[in-house]
Amino acid sequence: MGGDLGGGNAVIDRARSAATERRASAGTLRVARKRVVAEGVVELTLVSPDGARLPDWAPGAHIDLVVPADGADAGLVRQYSLCGDRWRPAEYRIMVQREADGRGGSVAIHDRVAEGDALGFGGPRNHFRMAPAAEYLFVAGGIGITPLLPMIDQARRLQQPWRLLYLGRSARRLAGLAELAELGGAEDRVAVHAADELGRADLDAWRPADPAVRVFACGPNRLLDAVEAWGAPPGGLAPRVERFTAQVSAGASPSAFEVVAAHSGATATVDAGESVVDALRRVGVDVITSCAQGVCGTCETGVLAGDPDHRDSLLDDAERARGDCMFPCVSRSRAARLVLDL
Amino acid sequence: MTASTATIGPRTEVPRLDIDPFSDAFLADPFPFHERLREAAPVTYLEPYGVYAVARYAEVHRALTDWQGLQSAAGVGLSNFRKEPPWRPPSVLLEADPPRHDAPRSVLVKLLSPRRLRALEAGWRADAARVVDEMLARGRDFDAVTDLAEVFPLRVFPDAIGLGDSGREHLLPYGDFAFNAFGPRNRLVEEGQAGIGPTMAWIDAQCRRENLAPGGIGQQIWEAADRGEITAEQAPFVVRSLLTAGVDTTVTGIASVLHALADRPEDWRRLRADRSLLPRVFEEAVRLESPVQTFFRTTTQPVELAGVEIPADEKVLMFLGAANRDWRRWHDPHAFDLHRDPSGHVGFGMGLHQCVGQHLARLEAVSVLDALLDRVTALETTGPARRHLNNTLRGFEALPMRLTAA
Ligand code: FES
Repeated sequence: MGGDLGGGNAVIDRARSAATERRASAGTLRVARKRVVAEGVVELTLVSPDGARLPDWAPGAHIDLVVPADGADAGLVRQYSLCGDRWRPAEYRIMVQREADGRGGSVAIHDRVAEGDALGFGGPRNHFRMAPAAEYLFVAGGIGITPLLPMIDQARRLQQPWRLLYLGRSARRLAGLAELAELGGAEDRVAVHAADELGRADLDAWRPADPAVRVFACGPNRLLDAVEAWGAPPGGLAPRVERFTAQVSAGASPSAFEVVAAHSGATATVDAGESVVDALRRVGVDVITSCAQGVCGTCETGVLAGDPDHRDSLLDDAERARGDCMFPCVSRSRAARLVLDL
Repeated sequence: MTASTATIGPRTEVPRLDIDPFSDAFLADPFPFHERLREAAPVTYLEPYGVYAVARYAEVHRALTDWQGLQSAAGVGLSNFRKEPPWRPPSVLLEADPPRHDAPRSVLVKLLSPRRLRALEAGWRADAARVVDEMLARGRDFDAVTDLAEVFPLRVFPDAIGLGDSGREHLLPYGDFAFNAFGPRNRLVEEGQAGIGPTMAWIDAQCRRENLAPGGIGQQIWEAADRGEITAEQAPFVVRSLLTAGVDTTVTGIASVLHALADRPEDWRRLRADRSLLPRVFEEAVRLESPVQTFFRTTTQPVELAGVEIPADEKVLMFLGAANRDWRRWHDPHAFDLHRDPSGHVGFGMGLHQCVGQHLARLEAVSVLDALLDRVTALETTGPARRHLNNTLRGFEALPMRLTAA
């Protein structure tokens, strides 16, 4: 399936390299591999620049990726579900479908990101956790397959029965069919419904009556609305869905910003290549850290002024929106100045 | 070593040491043994139990974080659950790996996050003030273990979980036994075994939904099961994990920081003037004392560690306490130093299994210290510290002290 992208991208590569190189250190991922996995879908394999372990994740998790914006310095923040194998701790994998009328993130990844590039990242965070169940029904619409792939792998590892309904306009545009065939094994677990061959799917025929079956779905809103309308079967739980985020994040951190420790007034400039904690240490302000990856919560610090660029795995969207605390081992600033309760 | 030997096995020599990390001599004074373990090689082999051991910071950190290669589900004590049955149904957290570990862990991470615990903070600070006032009313001489370090967690923790009033005296012996049980069946385990039946029955009963008070953390765990985040079968074990790991550890943590701060009038004065140092003081005490000294992992496959290939299905003993005093990582490692940045210590572990109650432990310790600093101008020891021996925890039996009231 697919194959490496041809040389056509080389021209764009050179034009874009200066902007991405600047971020090639703290809080960045290097694109180790980029390949086409279906029509209009590329898969990126991302590794940390020094090859170290990346923060742990579980099925349903996504990362925030800072995607180079056309001509701008700050970049766009976009969320992508992780679809790789967490038994490979030094890499993440994402799949991106080209959305010509999208908000620019997918086009940037398709056209401007090349192997070797460094991209800022945050997370992983998980708003779509796979919960234990006796049996699973997964419903994917197009690229919505991405968070479901690791879930399916997990169901298989736990030897729990599962089925997948995978809907799309045409089979050529559906990623992961080969892997799914393998995961499904001899049993008939995967139903692919391509509209160009089969017409509209009779979705409600899939509605489980058995309360032991839990539904996890991801895809376009119209599909998810229909799945959610199934509600909870008697004695069971309602379907869990993940919607492609409609929320447009503001630009990411400027390449350098100023951090102020309010109690002492100590001020440091945080360069693109260092963390807020490191910068504060240089001016004699210690923030105690443990994981230094935004996962343990040890370094939680109050924000008195500024606009944090959250990169942790801990805060949910509402907590992020409040902007009153952050994890300076990984998180940064969207504005030129950040004042912390230190 | 000759380069021509084509044998499978360690590429680097693994020194075989005749050290018993669960002997009374080791537990009473681990430091000379730690020194030998650390300096012999990055990976050693302990003859008495046939296990691999790591005692340097880098290797301990690696072993803690590499859950893919070094699993927990075969037990984090000496016993290999793949070969012998565990003494109780395994923990769904501590003794589990992904994917089974995911759901219980994420429920507790949420319930024990600093943002959630803030709801308890005012109450805990008031309780700490009361506990210290009661102690002051009894006079200047006190035992930092039995009069304070044990009193405060037992005052606030069972209420936070939502336990009933009767039977709380089982909590300390249960934790003591559970942490002993990670070691071999030595004298400490045998002695604990005698009275453990009723204690285990009480613990199991507390984990049931009907015995947990509304609003408490225990009941919230059951509510997570209602929402389908964990199963109803997992819920009591998630509650049990708090009862196992939530008391003896925090008692030891509080005792450790008081032990470290006694007879240090300079530090005490500085702290009285600048409470923003409190989090650092506690972390430094946890680094230096490492209340939890050891845990095991089991290799899932041949694992390379510092050039050594450890075969699959081998037990690896991680000396957290030794790593926290490794000169390769820490300057002047045996000193309690308020100027040090203790970031990155492995006293709470690291990675996927890092102590999920660490924020709770911190809040307890800081509440007690703050209350003491408000009321006490000096803290001095009046006799030698007496250690409480446990196969895993480095705790105290007694810490006789005298204070000067403000
Ligand atoms: S040190 Fe773990 S979240 Fe920052």
